[in-house]
Amino acid sequence: MKQVPALKIDGIILSQSLAIIHYLEETRPNPRLLPQDPKKRAQVRMISDHIVSGIQPLQNLSILEQMGEKKMEWAQHYITSGFQALEQILQHTAGRYCVGDEVSMADLCLVPQVFNAERYKVDLAPYPTITKINKALLELEAFKVSHPSRQPDTPTEMRA
Amino acid sequence: MASEKPILYSYYRSSCSWRVRIALALKGIAYDQVPVNLLKDGGQQFSAEFKALNPMKQVPALKIDGIILSQSLAIIHYLEETRPNPRLLPQDPKKRAQVRMISDHIVSGIQPLQNLSILEQMGEKKMEWAQHYITSGFQALEQILQHTAGRYCVGDEVSMADLCLVPQVFNAERYKVDLAPYPTITKINKALLELEAFKVSHPSRQPDTPTEMRA
Repeated sequence: MKQVPALKIDGIILSQSLAIIHYLEETRPNPRLLPQDPKKRAQVRMISDHIVSGIQPLQNLSILEQMGEKKMEWAQHYITSGFQALEQILQHTAGRYCVGDEVSMADLCLVPQVFNAERYKVDLAPYPTITKINKALLELEAFKVSHPSRQPDTPTEMRA
Repeated sequence: MASEKPILYSYYRSSCSWRVRIALALKGIAYDQVPVNLLKDGGQQFSAEFKALNPMKQVPALKIDGIILSQSLAIIHYLEETRPNPRLLPQDPKKRAQVRMISDHIVSGIQPLQNLSILEQMGEKKMEWAQHYITSGFQALEQILQHTAGRYCVGDEVSMADLCLVPQVFNAERYKVDLAPYPTITKINKALLELEAFKVSHPSRQPDTPTEMRA
């Protein structure tokens, strides 16, 4: 598919972030990333899919390259539209995190999308729930150690 | 207390809605359908009424067991976990991962790049844009399927990946993508369209199918 991420694990190579995350959840189940209750699991997946299918693909590298000077406007349009819907959904589902008080796959999708929103200068003031959850998640070690500013290939000027 | 029948908010030609229609048909789940016309009245998905139901203002939305779900794969996973027979995901985790990988590739990597909302922005470049992204996505998909396919996308059992494939091939045909370079996709699509669940859920047979497109 000529895209990242790809994970080589247990003798296979997987792509598509949510397929990878589901595989990790099913083979290394602790700590869990999906709640036990099917309705809450559905909410986690709904939020994840909204970000992963409904927002990110519309502002990824491949598309923005086609947009030329309209790049910023395009990215802002689709992130804003997606965040308007997401803010409403989260007002129903959120506790400390996206769904209740346990970190789930939805939270793994949220933080990187907020990072993108900031990168494309989207005003986050209309999204207090998104902002609050993002802040709480960025305090967790896993979200810090995986941050773009701390990777082997992070450019020097962007290093934490 | 008798449960209410599930209600599916759907548009006949929406590939995302079709995936869920197939799942409901395969699992033998009776439901009522409320058509949402994405073109009429400026798009009925933008009405205050529908927005209250689904803030994402998109179809499909499924009202079931007292909740409303959107996002076709979240809905299909919920059906799988609450009505497990017949299964739509294999038992083996590696095969499940392949099913999800193929499904996600279509649902995140192809369909969003040629959906109504984007194509409306493309104006006269609409056909070219749709063809570009479907072609690019199908090139990758054909290679993956050559490793995973049996009679269907992953082995010989119908899975969530097949529910995603058929509607995307329908879109490819709609945008006049040449399918000759994708023999595996074509073969699997043909085998699936022989199954009753894929026929009964087809865009040509829905309550809101326009007369001229009816089967």
